[in-house]
Amino acid sequence: MTALLVVVQLAALVVMPVVVVGVINRVKARWAGRRGAPILQLAWDVRRLLAKRSVYSDVSTPIIRIAPLVVLITALGSALIAPLTGAGALVGFDLDFVWFAYVWGLGRVALMLGALDTGSSFEGMGAAREATFAVFVEPALFLVAGALCLDGGTLRFAEALAWHGVDGGAIVVRVACAAAMVVVLQAELARMPVDDPTTHLELTMVHEVMILDHGGRELAALHAGAAIKLYVAIAVIATLINPWAGPWTGPWAGAATPLVAAAIHLGLCVAIAAAIGLFEALPARVRLRVVPTYLLSATVAAAVALLVVLWRTA
Amino acid sequence: MTASVLVHREAVAAIPTLAPRAWRDHVAAALGGGARAVALYGRPVAAADAAAASPGDDVVVTAVLQDAGGALATARTVVAAAHGYHTLTRDFPQLHVLERELHEQHGVRIADHPWLKPVRHAGRAAIPMAAYPYYDVTGKEVHAVAVGPIHAGVIEPGSFRFHCVGERVVHLEIQLGYQHRGVEARLLAADPRRLAPLVETIAGDTSVAHAWAYAAALEALLGHAPDDGVERVRACLLELERVGMHLAGLSGISADIGFVPGASTYGRLRTAAINASMAITGSRFGRGAIRPGGVVARFDERGAAALRATIDRLRRDQAEIDACLRTARTVRHRLGGVGVVPTSLARQLGLVGFAARASGVALDDRAACRGAYAARPIDPHVEPAGDCLARTSLRIAELDASTRWLAAVEAPPAVAPPPRSTVDGPLAASLLVVTLVEGWRGEVVHCLETDAAGGLVHYKVQDPSLRNWMGLALAVREVDISDFPMCNKSFDLSYCGSDL
Repeated sequence: MTALLVVVQLAALVVMPVVVVGVINRVKARWAGRRGAPILQLAWDVRRLLAKRSVYSDVSTPIIRIAPLVVLITALGSALIAPLTGAGALVGFDLDFVWFAYVWGLGRVALMLGALDTGSSFEGMGAAREATFAVFVEPALFLVAGALCLDGGTLRFAEALAWHGVDGGAIVVRVACAAAMVVVLQAELARMPVDDPTTHLELTMVHEVMILDHGGRELAALHAGAAIKLYVAIAVIATLINPWAGPWTGPWAGAATPLVAAAIHLGLCVAIAAAIGLFEALPARVRLRVVPTYLLSATVAAAVALLVVLWRTA
Repeated sequence: MTASVLVHREAVAAIPTLAPRAWRDHVAAALGGGARAVALYGRPVAAADAAAASPGDDVVVTAVLQDAGGALATARTVVAAAHGYHTLTRDFPQLHVLERELHEQHGVRIADHPWLKPVRHAGRAAIPMAAYPYYDVTGKEVHAVAVGPIHAGVIEPGSFRFHCVGERVVHLEIQLGYQHRGVEARLLAADPRRLAPLVETIAGDTSVAHAWAYAAALEALLGHAPDDGVERVRACLLELERVGMHLAGLSGISADIGFVPGASTYGRLRTAAINASMAITGSRFGRGAIRPGGVVARFDERGAAALRATIDRLRRDQAEIDACLRTARTVRHRLGGVGVVPTSLARQLGLVGFAARASGVALDDRAACRGAYAARPIDPHVEPAGDCLARTSLRIAELDASTRWLAAVEAPPAVAPPPRSTVDGPLAASLLVVTLVEGWRGEVVHCLETDAAGGLVHYKVQDPSLRNWMGLALAVREVDISDFPMCNKSFDLSYCGSDL
């Protein structure tokens, strides 16, 4: 990886989380007939929150201050090994997808502890729901990583996500993995139809209720962490469906210099964000009781991908 | 009957006044025979009651019943508060909140009442809010969730306590009274002819229905019959209020289930409806228009044409968004089968308004009225299922019926504000007047009673919310707690209307 690509990746890590959140919200607003907030609204929100003091409840412990920091750092930790601009990651090592899965896991545990620390029954319910949903999506994440590593003959997450050839089998594997990752994204990032990030009803919330009692710098860290994680998840999906991502040589390979490939990838990320916004604008949210069944579909899709890979390599 | 709302007048001397035990048997027989309780309320004994009262008796209890044919009847007894009577709630649960109110306001002992909880924490037998006797559910698996009294969003205060096993609600208890302003006492303290502004604030979202119930009652006491033009303008305002609030409710329930198109479009259309109200009355809530003796409104040919044009535009967009909401499978899946009140339970609890109709109870006070509705009656809509989807579909159907009615409304010949002299006459002496107006949420009941000198001795107000809160509490049993907000919105009840 060239120094230039490293710079591009770092720049994308700063800008793209704000952009994808902005695009989702803008598309939703447009669909609702409203003008919508500026694309960079999240950056202004974080700046505003950083200037604010925090208020802590009497029953809370230092956990409420540490947890948001852990959420932010683990989000950055997952970004390190993710294909932020399509081809390769900043850091890569064998079995790094285990790192990927468990920095997300650590972030989730920190978020839940921070929520429980407030002593609110709402937040306890939100944490319980978050823990339940995590159980259903973690298998999907590992099956996706396993299928892709087996298919690509590598143990590094970013390399496995990249394309190694275009044929019917590869397309099936990638479509199935992308479908699984979309559901993982909806669960991990608390998007519709698993969670409604715009609702004001505490009793129905999952992610939003866990951050209800946070303010100031802590809330800024939580918002930033969630946005980075969202961008990482979108970048993973974009790599999965982008044949130009990777060391593949084909008819159009010559056109895809690393910078052009990065631009295509970032464009794809914005398009995926717009698609998420559109998807959230159309249907109603599913009933909470149905969510585990919905999440299981990710595991099923990932298992199909693994079976196809096993059949191909056999 | 020419009136557009139900008006029942009865000379106080003609009201059957029975001994407590006989009265109880009489009411039980009527309710057992298919009648329903419209109201059951008390008032302190006045000088005129001396004939019926024995020494020590201090509360006059009046029951207003409606038989299956729609006819209203009253029955009265005089009791000593400390002695009271044996509860009717065990046999007729529809009376539960009315007996609780009677007990709390006047200290009447209701022996063996199964759920004698506070209603508003005010009155002779009131207990402090902090001492509310919550029903406790115990067990290792049970956890309690307290919501409110201050809620997220700009809504009224009310305390909800859930007992849950995991996500499932075992029991919900709703404690209200935070909005109690002493409305009934204030209504008695002021000049009975000038109560309209106060009446319009009993429940702000039902201003028109309450104002009409008051105006119709006072007109009955004055012996004044409003002309057809006045009635037509009032009906227009009542239907506009219904349209505006149904649109607001549909927008709200769409937002609660994350259905963006419904939330934004119904919300936008509501503005058109309440602005139409403003064009006629100067108030988006239709306030200041309905006054005893007439209406203060600008509703000539041009105004009526503008209203019809607004409603036509509204109906076009409404048809589109209705189809969108009705056909969205995610919406049907989300709302269907949740928060069910079966028909039998709705009858037992004495639910009123659209909540009752969505549970298969064909109860609509407009059905029995003519007047402004004579030429084009609005038939009651009924949905049998009793779930959130039924309540939502029913509101869509009623919205459609009301906008269709409004789309063809003609301006009355000429409506001038009523001159002051209209209400300056004396009120009929010793008369009980009960008026029922079908507001958007359900029937609004006002009972006014005068003494021998024509002075007001009692003013009883009953908002439909009072009857329906228990419906919500029972509807969410065994439902996921995350579905509560949606169930709550599907009933769309008022706190201040119940708290008075």
